[in-house]
Amino acid sequence: MKIRTLAATAAIAALALTTAGCGGGNNASSPSGSSGGGSITYWASNQGTSLDNDKQVLTPQLEKFTQQTGIKVNLEVIGWNDLQTRIQTAVTSGQAPDVVNIGNTWAASLQSTQAFMPFDDAAMTAIGGKDKFVKTAMDTGGAPGQDPTSVPLYGLAYGLYYNKAMFSTAGLKPPTTWEELVTDAKKLTSGDKYGFALAAGSYTENAHFAFIDAAQNGAELFDGDGKPTFNSDGVVNGIKRYLDLMQTDKLVNIANAQYDNGTKAVNDFATGKVAMILNQNNADSSIVANGMKSSAYGVVPFPAPEGSASDVASHVAGINLSIFDNSKNKDAALKFVKFMTSPETQTALDKPFSSLPVLNGATPNFTDNPEEAKTFADIYATKSKPLPLVPAEDQFESTVGKAMNQMFAKIASGGTVSTDDIHNAMKTAEQQVAAAG
Amino acid sequence: MTAATATPTSNKPATPGAKKPRRPRPSGWWLPYALLAPAVVFELVIHVIPMFTGIWMSFLKLTKAFIANWGKAPVTGIKNYSVALDFNGAVGAALLQSFLITCAFTVLVVGISWILGMAAAVALQKEFWGRGFIRTLFLVPYALPMYAGIIAWKFMLQKDTGAVNHFIFDNLGIGGDKPFWLIGNNAFAAVVVVAIWRLWPFAFLMLMAGLQSIPHDVYEASAVDGAKPFRQWRSITLPMVRPVNMVLILVMFLWTFNDFNTPFVLFGNAQPPAGDLISFHIYNASFLTWNFGSGAAMSVLLLLFLLLVSGIYLSVLNRRSHRA
Repeated sequence: MKIRTLAATAAIAALALTTAGCGGGNNASSPSGSSGGGSITYWASNQGTSLDNDKQVLTPQLEKFTQQTGIKVNLEVIGWNDLQTRIQTAVTSGQAPDVVNIGNTWAASLQSTQAFMPFDDAAMTAIGGKDKFVKTAMDTGGAPGQDPTSVPLYGLAYGLYYNKAMFSTAGLKPPTTWEELVTDAKKLTSGDKYGFALAAGSYTENAHFAFIDAAQNGAELFDGDGKPTFNSDGVVNGIKRYLDLMQTDKLVNIANAQYDNGTKAVNDFATGKVAMILNQNNADSSIVANGMKSSAYGVVPFPAPEGSASDVASHVAGINLSIFDNSKNKDAALKFVKFMTSPETQTALDKPFSSLPVLNGATPNFTDNPEEAKTFADIYATKSKPLPLVPAEDQFESTVGKAMNQMFAKIASGGTVSTDDIHNAMKTAEQQVAAAG
Repeated sequence: MTAATATPTSNKPATPGAKKPRRPRPSGWWLPYALLAPAVVFELVIHVIPMFTGIWMSFLKLTKAFIANWGKAPVTGIKNYSVALDFNGAVGAALLQSFLITCAFTVLVVGISWILGMAAAVALQKEFWGRGFIRTLFLVPYALPMYAGIIAWKFMLQKDTGAVNHFIFDNLGIGGDKPFWLIGNNAFAAVVVVAIWRLWPFAFLMLMAGLQSIPHDVYEASAVDGAKPFRQWRSITLPMVRPVNMVLILVMFLWTFNDFNTPFVLFGNAQPPAGDLISFHIYNASFLTWNFGSGAAMSVLLLLFLLLVSGIYLSVLNRRSHRA
């Protein structure tokens, strides 16, 4: 009997570890490996209104590339919920595509994995030179002082979208300070209409606004040594200000605490349920797809409180292109990057993907509303600050962003979040980042 | 293990001087090994090698700086473990909280699933019209693809548009605000209910099979002696399905404690603290921070705990069955 017990225990050990392994382990997804010869694999991020829409937009361009160079491109479009995991799996397993789109805020974090090809001088020359890119955009390519591992593809920035009809009915002008934003939104909140919608259940969106609000307060997220400083007063007050839109000002429907991506807030705006949203300029395609005309809304920079340290209105958002270091087709991959960042392709893609130009001298063409184009170009060029270009940036997004998800959840279910609560949460986040390093 | 016990037949220790010629191997001696080989290979590839890889990883500083080249990752000894077990630090405290929530979750889910499964199995023990149909109906949650089922729950548990709130507040007309089910503290109740919904048909299935093997005569004999249904259940059904119960509860415990799919599909990437089950917690701790060494250490700790519980469970129950 004893032996049988032992055998049973051993079998259970195996059973338990396999299941535990499923939880913590590495489920390598099927390799879209880079086959040799004249073809490369390209993972594109979801920029259009749907994955299919992306495919439709990109396919003619890729065909053009094949015509010009004879190189075939295997395209896969990946949604934002999966992209980071897919890239991680690719880095871990070595089964990677040749070229991949990355969120530019991940650039420094991904660079530190050493799985991506550095664009040294030769590589830069091969794609047309560093100077063809707007400097703001190019700076997001990687940590300062190193060869960047990504180059800009699409430019994005946050803007405050407002519904023109709702504002003029209430006799309001678009806000230029945070205080005006709050009083305007209060006037516009009544019954089932709200002044504001937030993607309060999306940790990436929350983290972005923790950064932007903190930057308006003049606070930094990391010190000179790359150590997190989330617990500083500037950061905590910034987060409080953002939370208070729902907590004390009650301008936001508490149901927004479950909005886990920006599209849900955009849809509320496009269908006239809310008067204002904060979104990146790629909201345009979704707004128009919902039937709202581009003349029916206006865009102003996200305003800072009166007398604040800085008028930062956005982080330098956007999509970058990276080449995997273990790619066997680097020449073909470089040709492809050059093609994607050429003025013709950029012009063709900026409109359907509602993105800002990342090339010097290009004019924004993503909207037929010249005023909006000018506002976004101005925010991108003068009011944007890059997220910290340190390896731990991605951990800032996950720890602080998720802590804010919980705070919104607490507020939505009737609790209150005090400044002390935020201090404690940020202290925990700092420790988590330190432990991970 | 099997190979080791099987070898001695082929060569007995030949004593020196004995002239006895070595017995020739019977033809086809290799057949058992050949038949076992695929199983052994797959066991190695699927269970043993990943298990040891996981244990080895837990002693490395396997962060994103080394993930592209594992060989270069420095050995950190037990640092990953000391961080995970430092309950005053942020990481350890979160792990402990997740562990306690998982314990409560497991007790509730396994307990209630077993009660429901037992009740349904007993109710369907006797033949009646439509039994087959009800049996099939009960097994639907188990037969449904896991993701489809949980996603349906996710829609039902939405605050403003979900069927659950609609039923409770609009149809039954109970006053008050509609609560959130998937964020905040209600998330625990939500994940428990969904997990029970998924698990109880399995308990039902196993117990139903167990009940089939109990002969009718026993019940009839006890009925002649005047035993009421509850007494019959307690004195006949329970002891007779004991072997089934033993395995059933252990397997349900292991599955539930390791449950990853339910919280993952229900909560997505940002799990509320009240629904932070341990497998999912470990996944987040290693995948979102790229700290695979730390995640592996937590997995090994989880393994040790489950091993301990399973070992105690089996040895206690086996000893009792000896005495009986």
